Amino acid sequence: MRAAIRNLAAVACVGALLTACSSGNGTTPDATQNGSASADPNEKVTLTVATFNEFGYEELFEEYMADNPNVTIEARKAATSNEARDNMNTRLAAGSGLADIEAIEIDWLTELMQYPDKFVDLADPELDGRWLDWKSAAVTTEDGKVIGYGTDIGPEAICYRADLFEKAGFPTDREEVADLLEGDWDTYFNVGKDFVAKSGGVAWFDSASATFQGMVNQVENPFENSDGTPIPLSENDEIKAIYDDIATAATDDNLSAGLAQWSEDWTNAFQTDKFATMLCPGWMLGVIEGNAQGVEGWDIANVFPGGGGNWGGSYLTVPEQGANHEQAKKLAAWLTAPEQQIKAFQAKGTFPSQVEALEDPALLDQTNAFFNDAPTGQILAERAKAIEVAPFKGPNYFALAQLVTDALNRLDVEGTDDAAGSWDKALEAYNALGLS
Amino acid sequence: MNQQLTRSQRLSRLDVKASPYLYISPFFILFFIVGLFPLVYTAWVSVHDWHLIGGQGEMVGLTNYIDVLQQPNFFKALRNTFSIFLLSSVPQVLAAIVIAYLLDTNLRAKTFWRMGVLLPYVVAPVAVSLIFAKIFADQSGLVNAVLEILGTSPIGWHADPFAAHVAIATMVNFRWTGYNALIFLAAMQAIPREIYEAAIIDGANRWRTFFSVTVPMLRPTIIFVVITSTIGGLQIFDEPRMFDTLGQGGADRQWMTLTMYIYELGWGAQKSFGRAAAVSWLLFLIIIAVGVINFLITRSISSSSSGKAGR
Repeated sequence: MRAAIRNLAAVACVGALLTACSSGNGTTPDATQNGSASADPNEKVTLTVATFNEFGYEELFEEYMADNPNVTIEARKAATSNEARDNMNTRLAAGSGLADIEAIEIDWLTELMQYPDKFVDLADPELDGRWLDWKSAAVTTEDGKVIGYGTDIGPEAICYRADLFEKAGFPTDREEVADLLEGDWDTYFNVGKDFVAKSGGVAWFDSASATFQGMVNQVENPFENSDGTPIPLSENDEIKAIYDDIATAATDDNLSAGLAQWSEDWTNAFQTDKFATMLCPGWMLGVIEGNAQGVEGWDIANVFPGGGGNWGGSYLTVPEQGANHEQAKKLAAWLTAPEQQIKAFQAKGTFPSQVEALEDPALLDQTNAFFNDAPTGQILAERAKAIEVAPFKGPNYFALAQLVTDALNRLDVEGTDDAAGSWDKALEAYNALGLS
Repeated sequence: MNQQLTRSQRLSRLDVKASPYLYISPFFILFFIVGLFPLVYTAWVSVHDWHLIGGQGEMVGLTNYIDVLQQPNFFKALRNTFSIFLLSSVPQVLAAIVIAYLLDTNLRAKTFWRMGVLLPYVVAPVAVSLIFAKIFADQSGLVNAVLEILGTSPIGWHADPFAAHVAIATMVNFRWTGYNALIFLAAMQAIPREIYEAAIIDGANRWRTFFSVTVPMLRPTIIFVVITSTIGGLQIFDEPRMFDTLGQGGADRQWMTLTMYIYELGWGAQKSFGRAAAVSWLLFLIIIAVGVINFLITRSISSSSSGKAGR
């Protein structure tokens, strides 16, 4: 009840304080260290690494500490990316308290790109070409400073319920489903109309705002011009068109199950057959498996409306306020190397952003038993290659996307407004931001 | 004569004069650091352009206050705060008095019941919110499931502002009623038994003794509880923030309170500490105003109920 500093409290410290493995069986770690250029490579340092959700780094930390006995890694982990963002902003403002390595999400990367001075320049000619072009372009400032190393990406495919498809007389095989849905968003919505007509109450997709995410991530300049100035929402025809499409699909055509992602109702809906398809970036597979435990029939099709799409993905940064820049940079570079990212992928399914990793047999051979043994590695690697557009997300992206998401939730989830009225409220909220 | 004080006499005089101030100084020093300084500093921030990360900007006078007062969300937040405050504080204080009265009677296993009412207070607010989020879920919640069995239509707990306020007030009441009941209980036990005996001899029944003896004698405690729950109620944050997973008070800000609004201004889309500080100060003034009104009302109510021939 009393105003609590929730974000701080929630950053649970999962201190993995494993003092370097017993000194007896030291297998000459010096061999791996000869190349390091820092002043005193054997100086004892403790590096804190702050991540959120699941980065799959736990075992990698131990491996690194075993190879570098002088380094102790302390892991901090926030439960959600929003918490991590609040924590990041607060401590950047305070000028102290951040970890030596801070993970950041692509959606709030751009607000931080306004303050490159707060981060250490990580540019390193040796690492050129390690990441997909659009992934590294997003963290490079105009004068060539690199503030982050890419970790994972979220190439999107379509996940669907084969059992519900069968009941509605739809094809169930993932190749056939991919053929059926091949095309643009209109195709996806039209197939949905056909499905809803035969499904007996099962909706086509879970949430209007989640679908909006998928569509908006294919727009080159969704809310802001490339120089960072906001496009007034009232003049943003492209977003308005997307909004209208989804609003029609969700309300008039009844394609939406009317759920807000991550809400209690959404989580429960996986158990009660409320919807048949959803957009799924790589990291969503684990979420679906967790929520839909015991439900059989989930599958994944190698297709995405309008080509490719990326949803989410993160970077590792080294904040300027930390004390161990050199060591932190070295660890960040090591963690984001293709070999390590493949291990993280195997541990937690975070899909690598490194070019080399996308060709790795360990990735391509990955199948997922829950999704009917689908070759998820292969499918997502192909979806990653289909991504053409990296949307420009400027300093106000987060705020502006929220306005439209709110508008969609008003009509899709809460049902308090119609499409036109809800849009008007979004315009009003835009004016309240006072950006122009 | 007193020019010729000895050294020890002078010391003891200084002791008498200065010591009391020294003894009470820890509170004031602490209050200055954690109470007064933030208050004044917030006022300083509120007259500046102050960005969360960018830091202090130009002095802008009252612009932040004017900007905020022109945002419809401010008034929405004000409405929500008062609605949740009234829905929680009023039933809470009334229920607490009744529960305390019941606990004050001759019960078996007294300590068990007394500990029992305090139990919800021990539960962390975030845990309470998580549990109630399941109970009040729109499509899959317990309350709506029961309503459906009873044949009434389900309520949009996260859609309708009033329903959302009721749900949040329920969480607050769950947590704080027992706590307030114990405070009332302590006060009730301090009421001299002779007064009750005299009232009973005069022929007063249970109701009459409750309204004509217990309630008036509780007056100072009622004032205390009303004021603390006013301050708490107007600063409510955890429960509405945890009411859905986004934590912004609903797509239409149906249950965004003033403290959540402060948070949204400072850390959310606008990242304006200046505006956040302005709203903090407005909230401070509102709390003082409501506190004074409360004080006046409770004083007149509890003194008049002793004067009136018990209804």
